[in-house]
Amino acid sequence: MGLDFYTGKLADAVNWARKFSLFSYPFVTACCGMEYMSVAAPKYDIARFGAEFPRFSPRQADLLIIVGTITERQGPALRRIYDQMCEPKWVIAFGVCASTGGFYQNYSTMPGADQVVPVDVYIPGCPPRPEQVLDALILLQERIQRGEGHSQVQLKVESGHYDVPTTAIRPRTAHLPGGESGGKAPEGAG
Amino acid sequence: MSQNVLDRVKAQFTAGEILETGSQHGDEWVRVRRDAWVAVATFLRDDPATKMEMFIDLTAVDRFSTEPRFDVVAHLYSVSLKQRVRLYAGVPEEDPTVETLVSVWAGANWFEREAYDLYGVRFKGHPDLRRILMYPEFVGHPLRKDYPKEKRQPLVRRQPNSVD
Repeated sequence: MGLDFYTGKLADAVNWARKFSLFSYPFVTACCGMEYMSVAAPKYDIARFGAEFPRFSPRQADLLIIVGTITERQGPALRRIYDQMCEPKWVIAFGVCASTGGFYQNYSTMPGADQVVPVDVYIPGCPPRPEQVLDALILLQERIQRGEGHSQVQLKVESGHYDVPTTAIRPRTAHLPGGESGGKAPEGAG
Repeated sequence: MSQNVLDRVKAQFTAGEILETGSQHGDEWVRVRRDAWVAVATFLRDDPATKMEMFIDLTAVDRFSTEPRFDVVAHLYSVSLKQRVRLYAGVPEEDPTVETLVSVWAGANWFEREAYDLYGVRFKGHPDLRRILMYPEFVGHPLRKDYPKEKRQPLVRRQPNSVD
């Protein structure tokens, strides 16, 4: 009993530390990159949220920000970058192209980066406003604190400390009024 | 605007190599017989009255359900004489080949690879005719009008409902 108490609190503290020290890897492929630069620049300043430092090596990063259109041909490279990142790790899909393929519906564009990597937070917009990106980062931080990131759940499942089916992960609107009754996670997100 | 280019070409090639010429929106175009493709291009480059030193663009058009099905289009420009012309060659579906322009303008290399990749037009004598935009595993030529619009050829996919 006491052990459970302490490990639970320790996990909270660790997650608290994690959510304020995200090291991001910007996978920038398209025009959304301009808006990403704006988020990182002093006016919006993502550093205020602890996600200050883009690491241009996936091995030193724990937050993959997919900024821009992903083509089918880029799929293996994107998956490889995700696999190279240390766990636990999180993924943000920046803009509609990374989220769903956006207005591209053709032979070459992947219909959303979640076809190859598990995405924790989706940011709509073409491109999204920097405020939306900051909002997404806060959503992600809440998710990290709750230990519900895909990678965090995966680690718990592998270590046997998680007996809830992964499809029962709360939707990310759960903290909003009426969001809990919004029901199940979107198909494929769990 | 560069009618003299058309005049020069028509005066030089009189054995039926020039199928049609025209002028639209201030730009001239020449439709050549497929077997005269390289000869006309070389002439346009070397003739002192045309001097098409600069290769601008090469692509293909799929005129589905007409004959010949494909057009190969080359855009040429003379930097010194400030004139431009467009070359067309019809390419039938059952034998989608045309001579390469790499020997005339080295810059045609990647453009012909692109036309091959997306339209399946083969360029005879090309030094390295591989796909340039799509991946090697891709089957078919996606800008052909009979390529299914919704067809996808993914390289990787994650398992549905997995957290990884």
